[in-house]
Amino acid sequence: MARKAQIYDDIPGTYVFDAERSREGYGINMFCMSLMKDDNRKAFKANEAEYLKKFRLTPEQAEAVLKRDYNRLLELGGNIYFTAKLGATDGHSFQHLAAVMTGNTQEDYAKMMFGGGRSVEGNRSRSGENTPSKFLTAGASAKKSAAKPKAKVKAKAKPKAKAKSKSKSKSKSKKRK
Amino acid sequence: MARIIAGVGSSHVPAIGAAIDNGKTEEPYWKRVFSGFEKSQAWMRETKPDVAIIVYNDHASAFSVDMIPTFALGCAAEFPPADEGWGPRPVPVVQGYPALASHIAQSVILDEFDLTICNKMEVDHGMTVPMNLLFGNVDKNSHWPCPVIPLAVNVVMYPPPTGHRCFMLGRAIRKAVASYPEDLKVVIFGTGGLSHQISGPRAGLINSKWDKAFLDNLSKDPQKLVKIPHVDYMREAGAEGIEMVMWLIMRGALDEKVDEVYRFYTVPASNTAVGHIILANRARGAKAPRKHKPTAAKHKRAAAQAKVERIRS
Repeated sequence: MARKAQIYDDIPGTYVFDAERSREGYGINMFCMSLMKDDNRKAFKANEAEYLKKFRLTPEQAEAVLKRDYNRLLELGGNIYFTAKLGATDGHSFQHLAAVMTGNTQEDYAKMMFGGGRSVEGNRSRSGENTPSKFLTAGASAKKSAAKPKAKVKAKAKPKAKAKSKSKSKSKSKKRK
Repeated sequence: MARIIAGVGSSHVPAIGAAIDNGKTEEPYWKRVFSGFEKSQAWMRETKPDVAIIVYNDHASAFSVDMIPTFALGCAAEFPPADEGWGPRPVPVVQGYPALASHIAQSVILDEFDLTICNKMEVDHGMTVPMNLLFGNVDKNSHWPCPVIPLAVNVVMYPPPTGHRCFMLGRAIRKAVASYPEDLKVVIFGTGGLSHQISGPRAGLINSKWDKAFLDNLSKDPQKLVKIPHVDYMREAGAEGIEMVMWLIMRGALDEKVDEVYRFYTVPASNTAVGHIILANRARGAKAPRKHKPTAAKHKRAAAQAKVERIRS
């Protein structure tokens, strides 16, 4: 079943855990939740495939769990706070998981973080749009003047009262100025 | 009468809790983080709130995906620390303040905020880490310095409540607290953030520029922040950076004009930019907040106009 396209699908390297994924990934997340109990962790470790049968995962989801494919788990509806419990069951820290998901060694990942993290520049959008949010430059920041005209243009282009009569929406947008 | 006197913003990185619990606070990496909260702890000892309202989010501890309440208020007498997979954190059980909590619940629900009420709830690092940062390390068998009312916000499943909704809930909480007859000093915490992404191939994202602009506006012009769409938070501050909306509940509960008492920012703690701010309401008797805040430009124009008129007359 195809996912409904969402505005945030444009963010690179990101699987937003939305209501649709929450529904599709229910089994993954409840399986991960079960790993908070020691008895369950032991049972899972003793026979992983057998243990997973209790949670009605799709074959793709079960495969992703068994392979510890953390990005695929997110894509199939897992949420990071839940899948981290699977990582913890394997004895891995959060930072280890983050490194795995980014395709780095933990050492390189930790180095990147210590150096200030991954830059947002070039990482805002899949479609190549890399303009900073107008809210970044709004207000107390130095680039106040650069942000203002842009904000106005946007407000004009998107009158809220679409359904209302032309004259009404005009007067509304005037007021907003 | 009860009153909110100040707001605290603080990250709630789990690794900070682990550093405390494993005695690593003196290691250089962690000392850099903890030293930023020394002044805040002194401020907190001096301020001595009677109760703290702590806005935080649960991380698959008390709530699974069975139920995902958008706003859940803790009305219980106590909140035990949750077992997050390594045993519960060695911190005292958090004492609640059921009388004020149920008063807030009643007041804000009648103000059209449809809260979920929790009469039994465990609390995870999302709440206990900021408590450690502000109250210091407290022995498991001792007591936290004040009772706490937890307000858990869903920021795990998209969409969380909007920044505007959060801000308005803060306003409603302020009104609720102000109508409580007991004479109480209340501090409200907004926790989580700042920029961070811990999931997917883009994990590790940090945006200090964004964080700084957020803190600046939080202090001086929060109305700018309430308009930020969720997609901008996720794009700029990371998928999990969207937690920052919780700080707007804290800000909404404060007066329009506040004094910035303290600020601290460092990168990283584990995968996250650590942000912290203390905002204090001005002393009572100061000007009541206006309904519509005139912009700085309008202020200037009005002042200039007044001057002109004075000269004319």
